[in-house]
Amino acid sequence: MTHRFRPIFAFVALIALPFGAAQSQIADRAPDTMAARVLACASCHGAEGEGTSDVYFPRLAGKPAGYLYNQLVAFRDGRRKYPPMNYLLEFLPDAYLKEIATYFASLRPPFAAPAIPTVSGEILARGESLVKNGDPQHGIPACSGCHNPGFTGMEPAIPGLLGLRASYISAQLGGWRYGTRTAAAPDCMQIVASLLTEDDVKAVAAYLSSRSAPTDPSFAPRGSLPMPLACGSEPN
Amino acid sequence: MPRPVKTLLFALALALLASAPRAMAQQKPVDAALLAKGEYLARAGDCIACHTAREGKLFAGGLPMVTPFGTLYTSNITPDQQTGIGIWTSDQFFKMMHNGRFSDGGLVYPAMPFASYTKMTREDSDAIFAYLRSIPPVKKINTPHDLSFPYNNRSLIIGWRTLFFREGEYKPDPTKSADWNRGAYLVEGLGHCGMCHTAINALGGSSESQAFEGGLIPMQNWYAPSLTSNKEAGLGDWSIEEISDLLRTGVSSRGVVYGPMAEVVYNSLQYLNDDDTRAMAVYLKSLAQGTSPEKPAVPLPSAESSLLLSFGKSIYDRECAGCHGAAGLGMPPHYPPLAGNPSIQMVSAVNAIRMVLNGGYPPGTAGNPKPYGMPPFAQRLSDDEVAAVVTYIRTSWGNRGEPVSARQANELRAATLN
Repeated sequence: MTHRFRPIFAFVALIALPFGAAQSQIADRAPDTMAARVLACASCHGAEGEGTSDVYFPRLAGKPAGYLYNQLVAFRDGRRKYPPMNYLLEFLPDAYLKEIATYFASLRPPFAAPAIPTVSGEILARGESLVKNGDPQHGIPACSGCHNPGFTGMEPAIPGLLGLRASYISAQLGGWRYGTRTAAAPDCMQIVASLLTEDDVKAVAAYLSSRSAPTDPSFAPRGSLPMPLACGSEPN
Repeated sequence: MPRPVKTLLFALALALLASAPRAMAQQKPVDAALLAKGEYLARAGDCIACHTAREGKLFAGGLPMVTPFGTLYTSNITPDQQTGIGIWTSDQFFKMMHNGRFSDGGLVYPAMPFASYTKMTREDSDAIFAYLRSIPPVKKINTPHDLSFPYNNRSLIIGWRTLFFREGEYKPDPTKSADWNRGAYLVEGLGHCGMCHTAINALGGSSESQAFEGGLIPMQNWYAPSLTSNKEAGLGDWSIEEISDLLRTGVSSRGVVYGPMAEVVYNSLQYLNDDDTRAMAVYLKSLAQGTSPEKPAVPLPSAESSLLLSFGKSIYDRECAGCHGAAGLGMPPHYPPLAGNPSIQMVSAVNAIRMVLNGGYPPGTAGNPKPYGMPPFAQRLSDDEVAAVVTYIRTSWGNRGEPVSARQANELRAATLN
């Protein structure tokens, strides 16, 4: 992790130098950048929100700002529960959370290499089928219906699904199934997740985490996909 | 919250105007200046912090307050007739604020800081009451408290009151300035600073003789530093401007607020006007006058602790020096100085350890809307590493704190975060 900070510090040193030379008596100031302000996020999410080696900490970069903002508010207000996040955000106002969300949404660091699947080809095929076609017999819509066929998400608030580890994806789907993760009503993901079996979750997580980086990481424009369900967090 | 409240007041004023001719005849006109004063004082008293639940309606209560004696749930103080304080009179409200008793004589649990609010004037109590009457009523039945035996017996409060409660309005000290007296009124009364900054004993009370001498906040595992000792958060050698900055914006050139104090700045202190902020600063500074930092016995260096120090320095240079500087000078106000920072050298190392483990953001305030965050290191550093780096920070650059152990670091990993 440390080596990821170094470029930032080198940069800080560079911009600080001219001031230091001109006004040697005045102490350095923190750089007036978002990168410096959100350094608190970097130790778990990476310096550019690319994620870290910890499989439970998700990539943030390039997810739609509305999605990231909803999550920041949900963590701050305790709706989404993860104590280290709840603690960090507790006293940050909406306007600043919006700016943090917009910042991470604008970043495009490279994706890490996709996971090599540890499940059978059969499970992987089940995952691919669920993700692309859903399971009409059980009323399960395809992920691509809302998250876009390239899985890069849709503005303003539907996240991309690539660059995430299987453990994170299955933990989130599990959280929705059991009601520990919720979103504004109607909570479409709670409906979808409650239709999935544990094997479905495993298959979807294995398939999505094995996908390589999208060639075009941009998200679908607002309202461009006919969503099969109404979602409180994605107003049309 | 201030904006919705203001909008609300505006809407209310409009509504009153619209229905003026007939309504005015039946009910007393609402005095806008009185409501504004009441709202301001409710801010100064930080009522919202406890009486508004997460994602809950303004002042509708229901926030769980975990105490060593069980869980209390805050009450609905909106003007709803059945579930709030809609049928209360200003006399009843004053009796509760001033004396800690309900109108039927029932005793209020001292989690409600009536032992501080008792210092408030009747006039200020009436203003807060008028403001609370003006907010939208919310129908929400109070959640019953969940206290363990014997604390579920309210008559025990009589004992607590005998020991710890001194009823009485604040009496100005004629030998002190108007600023000082106003500051004392706010700090000791509405601000109820003593609830955290005076040690709480096993009976859940604060001793008057130890006022503002600091203490560990029960259940939260943050240490509220002494406001009287310059070795802790005593502000004797801070300028009035530095203290005012800290109270109003959450950051200053001397230090930054995190944890429970960030809550106070976020919900309450940032809304105070310049005169009141300054008055509090004058009073707080005076609390520490006359005390000077003692020369502590520095137990270092033995062979073992110098090994700890060089290990700590290597971690510091790698992880911390980028912002706080190799010499611990920081880049104030956003990267606070560590050298000479009293909150790092206190006898209790709890806050320093927790900052390394959990990191933190100062509150986002009008004066500092985009604060800089300290990264958490709990997931990156082992207990030994945390102990080493905290020991290094507490004992370097002239700092005179004592070393901390890996065990202390480990215990605080389980501290409640939120």
